[in-house]
Amino acid sequence: MADFTMPALGADMETGKVVEWLVRPGDRVKRGEVVAVVETHKGAIDVECFLDGVIENLAPLDVDMPVGAVLATVHGAGGVETAAPAPRASAPAAPPAAAPAPAVPPVPMVGPLVATTRARVSPAARRRAAELKVDADRLSGSGVDGAVVIADVERAMAAGAPAPRATRGGFDPVLMRQAIAAAMARSKREIPHYHLAETLPMRRALDWLRDTNEARPVTERLLPAVLLIKAVALALRDFPELNGWFVDGTYRPSPTAHVGVAISMRGGGLIAPALHDVAAKNLTLLMRELADLVKRSRAGGLRSSEIADPTVTVTNLGDQGVESVFGVIYPPQVALVGFGRIAERPWVDDGRVIALPVVTASLSADHRVSDGHRGARFLARLNETLQQPEAL
Amino acid sequence: MNTNDIRSGIVAAIQDVAPEVDEADLCSDRPLRDQVDLDSMDWLNVIVGFHERFGIDIPEVDYAKLTTLDTIAAYIATRLAPRGA
Repeated sequence: MADFTMPALGADMETGKVVEWLVRPGDRVKRGEVVAVVETHKGAIDVECFLDGVIENLAPLDVDMPVGAVLATVHGAGGVETAAPAPRASAPAAPPAAAPAPAVPPVPMVGPLVATTRARVSPAARRRAAELKVDADRLSGSGVDGAVVIADVERAMAAGAPAPRATRGGFDPVLMRQAIAAAMARSKREIPHYHLAETLPMRRALDWLRDTNEARPVTERLLPAVLLIKAVALALRDFPELNGWFVDGTYRPSPTAHVGVAISMRGGGLIAPALHDVAAKNLTLLMRELADLVKRSRAGGLRSSEIADPTVTVTNLGDQGVESVFGVIYPPQVALVGFGRIAERPWVDDGRVIALPVVTASLSADHRVSDGHRGARFLARLNETLQQPEAL
Repeated sequence: MNTNDIRSGIVAAIQDVAPEVDEADLCSDRPLRDQVDLDSMDWLNVIVGFHERFGIDIPEVDYAKLTTLDTIAAYIATRLAPRGA
């Protein structure tokens, strides 16, 4: 028998609550299957089980539980159950869902987060709030020690109360801002960043892209962003010190690149879920997966592995018209690659000035793990990779 | 399909991607992407929306013609015309 536990969906998550079970007690589950929807500050996330067997003892819905808490037990799986790590063989660390015991999350948690933003709410008030569709956690309480009581809920209702947080299909912008603030503050506090930038010619990549897209229906066309993401993953193969996790004072490189793609939410906020194993996928598949990832980031339905697995992040702010971006590393990762706008610039070629589409690529990396010399070699490799778009 | 149908189809395709958009706030002769926050993935999805709603193919070389509501409507009308719509 093994425990299925509350996963740590990012370095900044302390608690989550199951808002929906997609299986029933006694159901047979397979590794990778989505079994529950957990509400976090990043919205509702589809949580995958990394065990094979029969699931029992499902935790109650709508109760806040710490990362690592047991959500269910899974038994009858030959051998897998003792299994601690390696459900995703490719991940640099065992995903928390499969960790055997720990109430301890795999990455050090930052500051007070979701927990302190929640009010204490009496059970009766919570029931009343659910009836009235009021979010009791966002009320200030008049009960003992500031607890929210029924009267507070009803008063809030009369005054036009805050609606409940969206579950599937939405996120709370206030919580998301707190999560971003915590992760970025931790990054700036703990990670000695260094930043490098290089201008990369894009003529070949864009010509290849134009010719490729010409033959494709609009539904299958590629965006330049997909080429950039793939090139980053390929270039990283020879730079393990830029692709992995720094946890508890130790760096663990990842054998594959799960590229976190920074996706802005309409109306504010940001999330960087993973495209898995990017180097092994062709551009058409990556484009399809990227489109799907953007859609689910905004509409709901991200999976726990997508939140937990990124080993490096790519951010692309070119669409907003900026020349370059110097990113803040998302802990426990150790590098972030940023791209600005692809635009025509004067370029000296063989003694003549020509107009050439270029992009500024930047690298933010962690000095605890790598040095500028290697970072510079990485950007050079990225450039070489982009000059052979047909090999992407 | 008349001009109004085309226009409302265009706006609906935009709203599929950017639900916060109010048609009344859109200025017909200003570049759409100056008025609505659409990144390249959003924009591609809007164009896919035109393709699906109007049943027309839109080659990538024509993207540059799709700037304002007016020019988009004119372009789509042209693409529909040969089929005797």
